[in-house]
Order: sequence, then C-alpha cells, then structure tokens
Amino acid sequence: MTQDDNLIIDGHAYSSRLLVGTGKYKDFEETQKAIEASGAEIVTVAIRRTNIGQEKGEKNLLDYIPPDKYTLLPNTAGCYDADSAVRTCRLARELLDGHDLVKLEVLGDQKTLFPDIPATLVAAETLVKDGFKVMVYTTDDPIMAKRLEELGCIAVMPLAAPIGSGLGIRNPYNIRTIIENASVPILVDAGVGTASDAAIAMELGCDGVLMNTAIAEAKDPILMASAMKKGIEAGREAFRAGRMPRRAYASASSPIDGAFF
Amino acid sequence: MQVTINGELRNVSENLTIIDLLNEMKIDGKIAVEVNQEILPRSQFGDYHLKPGDTLEIVHAIGGG
Repeated sequence: MTQDDNLIIDGHAYSSRLLVGTGKYKDFEETQKAIEASGAEIVTVAIRRTNIGQEKGEKNLLDYIPPDKYTLLPNTAGCYDADSAVRTCRLARELLDGHDLVKLEVLGDQKTLFPDIPATLVAAETLVKDGFKVMVYTTDDPIMAKRLEELGCIAVMPLAAPIGSGLGIRNPYNIRTIIENASVPILVDAGVGTASDAAIAMELGCDGVLMNTAIAEAKDPILMASAMKKGIEAGREAFRAGRMPRRAYASASSPIDGAFF
Repeated sequence: MQVTINGELRNVSENLTIIDLLNEMKIDGKIAVEVNQEILPRSQFGDYHLKPGDTLEIVHAIGGG
C-alpha cells in the first residue's frame, strides 16, 4: 500500500482505516492488547456516571487507552433522544479537555438499536452549531446519509447490520450508493462479524469500518483484532486495485497459442 | 442540605465546593461535571458552591462502541 493512502478525519491523517470500540472486553488489559493488535488509531469510548465513593486510584479506561496515543471518539450510545445525546457530547468535550470529535448515535429502539433518524438530525444540527466535529451513525439510507452530510457532519457512518449482530453487510447496494453520493468519509459502523465482512465493506469503497463486538466477542479477541486489521487492509487494496469484471462463463488463463497437442 | 448526585439523593454540608465534594466522595481521575444540566468547567470546581436541590452528574469514560 502506498504511504499516502490515509484516512482523513477532521484534517488529521490516519494510516489505519479500522476504528474500534472498547466495550465488552474481559478487562482493561485485554482491551488494550486487542486495540494494539487492531492497529486502530481512533478508539470509541462511552460516557457514564462514575461510581460514587469509588476506591481512590481505581483503574480508569483512559490509563489504558491514553488520549495522547489514540484519538478518542466519545459516543452517545444509550441515548434515545436528541437532548441526552447533546448533553453527553458536551460532557465528553469537557472530560477530554475540549476535544470536539464525537460519534453521534441516537437510538430508536432497544431491540434493533436502529437509529432514530429525526432525532439524529436534530442532535446533529445542534452539535454542528456548537462546534462539534460529528461522525454520525445512521441507517443505510442514501438520502439520510446525504442529509446528514449537508448538515455539516464530518463523516457519515451507516450500519451494515444491527449493532452487535455480526450479520455482515446486509445491503451492499445501499452502502455503495451512499459512497458514490458522498463528499465526506463514509464508514461502516456496526454489523461486521468477521474479517471478510470488513474486507467486503472496504471493497465497496468505504473509507473505514468501525467495530466493537466482532473483536470483543471473538473467542480470541486479540487474534481477531489482528484478522480485522488484515481484512481492512486487504479490502482497501482490492478496492484501489480495481477488481476484474464478473463473467458468466470461463476465461482460460493459459494461452491456446503454442499448444503442441 | 440535599442534592442529587448521579441520580442519588445525598446529604451534604452547606456551601460545599465541587472540589470538596469530589474529595469527600474519593473521586479522582478524569471526570466531567454537569450541574443542573449545564457543564461546569473544571476551572470552576473550586468556585462553585452547591445549593440545596442542585442536581449533579459526574461522568467518566468507560468502554463502549
């Protein structure tokens, strides 16, 4: 891969096109090792209440995923309305000393975790006006993806399948249409189950893939993180190389000329 | 006086600052605080004195996707 094939997010160049979450791991050590193996440079975190009366010196995720080493991407996971998503982002910005890159997700339903699109649009507009750099989780609807881009989101992240489902790219045609229409990075966020899913997303022309469960819930998360890294890289190279056309019938690889029989 | 901290009703002494409160609750590390749904910048933790009925959220970063 050439050196300058970087993912550009908010003016920063990243050599890895794999973004990973930090949820569902056994402990912080495993989280740290998996992220290292994935090669990811952008890492999502959630914002939650502290325990009141916690032990002084209790371990903190940020000790394992230091903000000076990784670009942290605080999410609004668990928010079911625009207001709580906006509050979460403001708390995250304060927590991370003015860091204004956020992953916006406003959920609509606990069973599917599909996004509530009207609420997502409201929250995105408020956050963009408030100076946030918004990477937004959405459905694989090309019209909504474009609308979110027009609102000023710096990246649009359609789901490939429901969050944590591992079902893979359910609608490659929509993902491709979203990519064709876009002038901001498009990342598949959610639904990837294994390395080939990540490769398919990248072969479609996605700028990157964000995943959590596919790595964290693998039997060996660290090995899967490494597999995902390779899947992303292979898919990206295949996309850039340009695949051969599909044909209905065979096309011999060895020439007929010079045959002695 | 009573204030609500992370959804729990708590009795705290009058005029407590956020710094005092965090010390009392043994909360250290990287956190952010919201008072009555408004962000309270870290630089003001020593200046803000809790009032009866204040609602606080004290948050930190945890694992998530």
